[in-house]
Formats: sequence, C-alpha cells, structure tokens
Amino acid sequence: MRLIGKEEIENIAVGAALLGTGGGGDPFVGKMMALQAVEEHGPVKLLDITEIDDEDVIVPSAMMGAPTVLVEKIPSGNEALEAFRSLEKVLNKEIKATMPIEAGGVNSLLPVALAASTGLPIVDGDGMGRAFPELQMVTFYLNGVSTTPMVLADEKGNSTVLNTVDGKWAEKIARSATMVMGGSVMNAIYPMTGKQVKDASIYRTLTLEEKIGRTIQEAKGNKKNPIEEVLQLLDGMTLFSGKVTDIERRTDGGFVRGTATIEGLDYNKGENGYLEFQNENLLLKTDHDVLCMTPDLICVLDTETALPMTTEGLRYGARATVIGIPADEKWRTEKGIEVAGPRYFGYDYDFIPVETLNERQGE
Amino acid sequence: MKFRLGIDVGGTNTDGVLLDRNMNVVHSLKTPTTGDVETGIYNTINQLVTNAQADVENIEFAMLGTTQCTNAIVERKNLNKVAIIRIGAPAGTAIKPLAGVPDDLKAILGNYTYMVEGGHEFNGDEISSLNEDKIRLIAEEIKGSVDSIAVTSIFSPVSKSHETQTEEILREVLGDDISVSLSSEVGSMGLLERENATILNASIINVAKKTAEGFEKALNTKGIDAKVFFCQNDGTLMSKDYTLKYPILTVACGPTNSLRGASFLSDNKDAIIVDVGGTTTDIGVLTKGFPRQSSIAVELGGVRTNFRMPDIHSIGLGGGTIIHLEDDDQFKIGPDSVGHRIQEEALVFGGSTLTATDVAVALGKVTLGNPENVNHLNRDLLTAIYQRMTEMVEESIDKIKTSADNMPVALVGGGNVLFPDKLKGAAEVYKPENGGVANAIGSAISQISGEIEKIYAISPENREEILNSAKDLAINETVKAGADSENVEIVDIENVPLAYLPGNATRVKIKAAGDLAI
Repeated sequence: MRLIGKEEIENIAVGAALLGTGGGGDPFVGKMMALQAVEEHGPVKLLDITEIDDEDVIVPSAMMGAPTVLVEKIPSGNEALEAFRSLEKVLNKEIKATMPIEAGGVNSLLPVALAASTGLPIVDGDGMGRAFPELQMVTFYLNGVSTTPMVLADEKGNSTVLNTVDGKWAEKIARSATMVMGGSVMNAIYPMTGKQVKDASIYRTLTLEEKIGRTIQEAKGNKKNPIEEVLQLLDGMTLFSGKVTDIERRTDGGFVRGTATIEGLDYNKGENGYLEFQNENLLLKTDHDVLCMTPDLICVLDTETALPMTTEGLRYGARATVIGIPADEKWRTEKGIEVAGPRYFGYDYDFIPVETLNERQGE
Repeated sequence: MKFRLGIDVGGTNTDGVLLDRNMNVVHSLKTPTTGDVETGIYNTINQLVTNAQADVENIEFAMLGTTQCTNAIVERKNLNKVAIIRIGAPAGTAIKPLAGVPDDLKAILGNYTYMVEGGHEFNGDEISSLNEDKIRLIAEEIKGSVDSIAVTSIFSPVSKSHETQTEEILREVLGDDISVSLSSEVGSMGLLERENATILNASIINVAKKTAEGFEKALNTKGIDAKVFFCQNDGTLMSKDYTLKYPILTVACGPTNSLRGASFLSDNKDAIIVDVGGTTTDIGVLTKGFPRQSSIAVELGGVRTNFRMPDIHSIGLGGGTIIHLEDDDQFKIGPDSVGHRIQEEALVFGGSTLTATDVAVALGKVTLGNPENVNHLNRDLLTAIYQRMTEMVEESIDKIKTSADNMPVALVGGGNVLFPDKLKGAAEVYKPENGGVANAIGSAISQISGEIEKIYAISPENREEILNSAKDLAINETVKAGADSENVEIVDIENVPLAYLPGNATRVKIKAAGDLAI
C-alpha cells in the first residue's frame, strides 16, 4: 500500500492518455476531479492486487457516455458515490475498494476521485490495460465475471440498477439509459470478490501510467527523445511517422468510426499509413502491410512532444508518430481475440501480434 | 478618392498602410511602437497621411490590430477584478472555477466564484431551471467589488438562454456600467476551457477600452472621422462595441493579419505563408483566404483556453539569427538572434556578429549594407549555411502542408528577401511588393464574419437540409455583424459526431465571412 497525491495524479493522467489508444476521453477532466478530491480529502491509498483479501467486495467505477459531453457537463462529484451506495444496497454487502475498469483516458482517474471522497482504497490494476469502447471488453468478462448488477447514476440524483443476462445486453441497455440521463453518467459495475480481481485483472496499471508520465517528463528535462524512452518502458515499437492528411468520420451504431490517413515523413516518406478507429485506434496499415491490430495497442503521439493524441483530437496537419505496444497476454487468448480482436470490429484479418508483424516488416 | 487605413501594433514596430477603395496600396510605413501605444499609433497615422498627401476626410474605415490585450494577460498588467458565475449545478461542481489557473493571476482576479443551478443537456433540455434568486443575491454581493463578470452555462453553445437571462438580471441590479462576458460568445465546447477564456476576456475589458479609445483619439487628433474596426484573430473585424465586450478575440491577430495580407498581396486564397521576421519565421496555412486554426487547447498566460487561434509553426530563423561557426567548417544556426539591433551588429552593417542576413548578402542573394565586409568568408561554408537555412524553411513548409501536392508559397515580412525564389514543396514562390507590411495590409483588408455552433440530430435523409439551414444562420450572423449581404460566403464547416450516443447527435460549426457593407 502506498499513498498517491497530486504529483502522481499529474503523471497518471499522461500515462492514461497514452494507454487510452486514442479513446477513453481526454483525461483532463478526470485529472482535475481527482486533484480537487485529493485537495479536499487528502491522498488516496493505492493497494497492490496481492494485498487484497480474497473475500473482499471490490467494485470498479467508471464514466459511461460521450467524452464530448463530459468535458462540457462536468460531474457533480456525487454520481459515483450514489452509484456505490445503491449497489451496496443491492449486494447487501460493504464495498471495500474501487478500481479503474480501463487504463485509458478519463476512466483512469475518476476512481481516484471517488476513492479520495469516500476514503476507500483504490486497487492498482484494471480490466483492459488499455481502453476499449464496449462494456464487455474487459478481462473480467473473459474470466466469466458478471457485468451486473450494475448501477448508473447521474448528477441529478437519479440512479438505475441493471440486471442483464450478459455483458452485451448490459452494454445495449446501459447505453440507452445513458442517453436519457444526459449523455454522461457514472457507473458501479462488475462487482467482484478479491479472488476474482486477482484472477481476472491486469496488474499495476496505475503504477505503469505514473511511470509513463514520469518518463516523458524526465526525458524532456534530460533532452532525451521521449518517444524512445516510452517505447523502452513499454516494449513498444515505432510503426509509422508522418502527418495527418485526411480524416473520415462516420457515426455507426452510436460510435464514431473512421479512418485517418497519415502521409509518411522521414523514413516513411513516399507511403501512406491508414489508421482505423472506433473511438479507440484499432488497426494500422499501409498500402501493402498491416502494421498493428487490436487488441494490441496503437497509440498516436505528437512527434515533437510525445504527448498522446485522441481520435477526436486528430486533425489535418497533425505531426504524428504511431507506436505499437503488445497487449496483455489475457487479450491474446482465443476468447480475448473473439471479444476484441480485428474480426469483432469488422476487419477481415486474423490477429497477428505486433512484434510478429514488425519482424516481417524488417525483412 | 476614398481610403481605408490599416494599423498593426507589434512588439517592436507599428506598421501602417493606406489603401484606396480598390485596395491598392497608396502608402505604407513602419514606426517604432511606443510605451503608451497611442503615441506610436498617432505617429504612424500622421506620417501616412502626410507622406501620401491624403485628405483625411476621405478616410472611410480605420482598422486596428493590436497585441495590447495579449500582453496585458501575459504580463498581468491592468487586469480587472472578475466575478465568476458558473451555471449548471448540480452538474459541474466536481471541479471548481479557476482550477489550474496560476496563483498570481487568481490573486489579481479576486476570489468571487459562484455555482448556480441551471444549464442545459447536450440536446437542449434543462439540467435544472435557472436559479434567478441566487443570481440576484450574487449581484448584490459583488456590487462595488468587481469590475466585470464572467458567466458560463453548461452547454451554452447549444442553448445560451441561461447566460442571457443571467445577464439581464445582473443588469437589473448592477446597471449598464459593469461589463458582463458570456461564454457562448467566446469559446466552443469544453466547459473549463471556455470558462477560462471568458474569465480572461472579462479581465481585459479595461485594457481594451483604453486601447480602443487611444486609437479613436489618435484618429480624432488628426481629424479623421472614419468607421473604426478592430481585428480578430480569425482574420475578420469587430466593431468597437463588440471589441469592448469580447476583446479576447483580438489575441494573436498579428500572425493572422500577416497571413491575410500575404494572401491578398500574392492573390492566393489557398497557400502557405512564410513570414520572415528578425528573430523567427512563422509559417501558417491559408484555406479559402483564412488561416487554418489550431486544433488543440491553447495556453494563454498559463491558462488553458479553447477560443480559436491560428495554427502557426514558428522556427528560430530570421534576418538577425546568429550563425555560430565552429571548428572543422561546422556551424550552428541560431536559435539566438541580434533582433532589432541588426543595424548595428550584422557584419554588412559594420558590426561584428555573423547573421543570416550576412550569409545572404555574401552570396549575392540580397543587396544590403556593405558586401565587402563579408568578402573574407569561405564561400563553400557560406553556401552550406545558406542551403541549411533554406532547408529549415522547406522542412517547416512540408510539416504544415495537408497534402503532398506542391502549394503556392508567399514569403512576406522584413526578411523575405533572404530566401530563394524556388523552394521544395512550393508550386510557386511569391515575394509580393509591400510584403514587409503584410500585417497592416491584412488588417486593412479584413472582412466581417459570423459563426454558429450547435448540436443537431443528423441522419442521411436530413443531412443536407440541416446543413443548409445552419449555413443560413451563419450567413445571417455575418450580415448582422456588418457584412454586405451580397457577397457573404461560407468559409468553414466542421461537424463532429458525439461518440457513444445513439441518435447521431452531431456538433456542427459553420463560419461565414464577407466584405464590409459600404
């Protein structure tokens, strides 16, 4: 157990934006909420997964809805609390800790805000190791943990309890409810025992995010190339470098899907990269090769500052370096690929790990 | 003959230009910017009118581009005390107003922050009804303690009714003397950034007032009775009344004016503009005659804001850039510069520092000063330096382009003669006459614009109909602002679907612009 405060939150925000693989929303709002909560209530206890009791009830906390709504309709700060109280009533048990459901963007830091204001500890792990667009795309689901009972709560004090037959139904019903409740809600979801958390989570996510943030910051201070330092930390590789020359977006079943065309610069001069996304970056290819595919992580970094760019923030003329990071082994299983592999998102490819794709490149 | 007068106040020089009705340059000049600005503006106007022998009664329009407001924020000078009202509770309370704003600025603004019930959802429904009683209480409380008020309501880009209602109540209690800034007029989606921009706007009202009155006074002293406009950073104009309400929109109008002036002088509406100064070279892109805007949240004086800003790529290379010679024929270009001391320090002017200008003179690219002072330098080395200088500009051009196609490139600014007539990536290189005062020309030729931002439910069936009615709204705004209804055109359309929400809710932003109605 260790305490995390303002400095850790600043670094986690940068790491969260990177692991968000373009989605997960701008962590700025999550960061400011966490900072205010820590300022008011003091630092937060960060628990390593190995420190949890097998019998304890742990509940991840997350925002659901449109990141574009969240940046305008800032939460009241009571939503997550309300969701937790309602869920405790349903479970008839006391919740002992919270944790992030995904490693990306705003959802890495909202549980920190909740932990600060409730005094609950936060578990150092998550259910994705990255960001994904749908509720069932978590390692908890891969391990058979039930998505529900879950609670959604809005800033007005409304909350709703869902009991669904599976994660996909939870996703569908919750998304409609979110719309009615104003486009952005907080939820308490995937209630687990400590044992389930140990089996089904990705470990030490917040610590990794903090390291990413610190690495980028220190690299700048030491005049080192921040992108290279980050790649070393994450076992990642540079996939493509260039500038964004075209973005095509379309709404499809409540999601923004699209393709960004990146015209190669430097060693990629003369070729184009095509980045396919559904909120998160899902596939990167050139005219001839596929360079990386989901569930492996595809992150777009500003070539000069190494700061991550979201898919919503991609614009004409942005100078970008796309990097690939191998996903956690939990995602590279048959079920992991079925839930979040290229075919689930409608791409006609069998999953090949990014390191294999890149060896081919090198040949 | 009828004239228009354009002035651009920069950090070092105040540039001025006199144009005739057909936009021909009658006369242009530079004078040093003075501490009180007003004197510098007066000097510029005075010399322009005298040198051009223009009849002051024939000056119809006078346009001012100024950095006064930017400087006030950056230097924390003469800022107002501001009351900050955020409407949207119970939403919005998890992050307090002024969170993340530097402490020195917070201290100047004062500690008058309020959160009030009200605000809207993304679809225009109310979060809660506006708590009018609380607004009245706040008005009573701040009476006499603040100079201006910043009002921000959740989703005001979708529905600004709670902001306008709040303004009415504040006026009932406080009268018309206090200025009220509404966030819906300042920035786009993103509550915290828009609120910050609104607060900064409220903080510079008095600075703007002083600048505007100084400009008018300078004109009056010279007997000029022209219609006065102020330049915004999107390349269009605002009336004095509007400038006094929303002065934040003048921030960064300098680079914008330069781009617009270059566009006009080179007769290119889609081009890359390279503005070569003494210390830096600024590169921007014009699309349909207007600068491409930056897509990221911009920091101003340490505050995160989201009002529009031109997308400018700057490199540390200008006429005064120092060339450092090292052993073995190695060299380093800048990033330091002799700046405005070039007339004393550059070799060709008898100084002792090797500058970018000296390199160009030695190679016969420009005729300036005394070329004999650079005769002793190794020509191969100079050629290598000049080639690297050119490459630096070419690389920046490539970085800012949006496609591989060659684009027209216009070189303006005092140092534009330094660079060659052929550049990689350029379809053609223009070095227009009067390019040295492109920014003043940019201010003189500015158009009037109007903009709307709304969220619509767009389906393939209604898409065209919705976009057309949104375009009409933007055109109406533009005509209201003073444009000639005959020649208003749409200059920018942006639509971004709101992710994760069924119903195809799409944020649509449309901007139109047109010439001044004469």
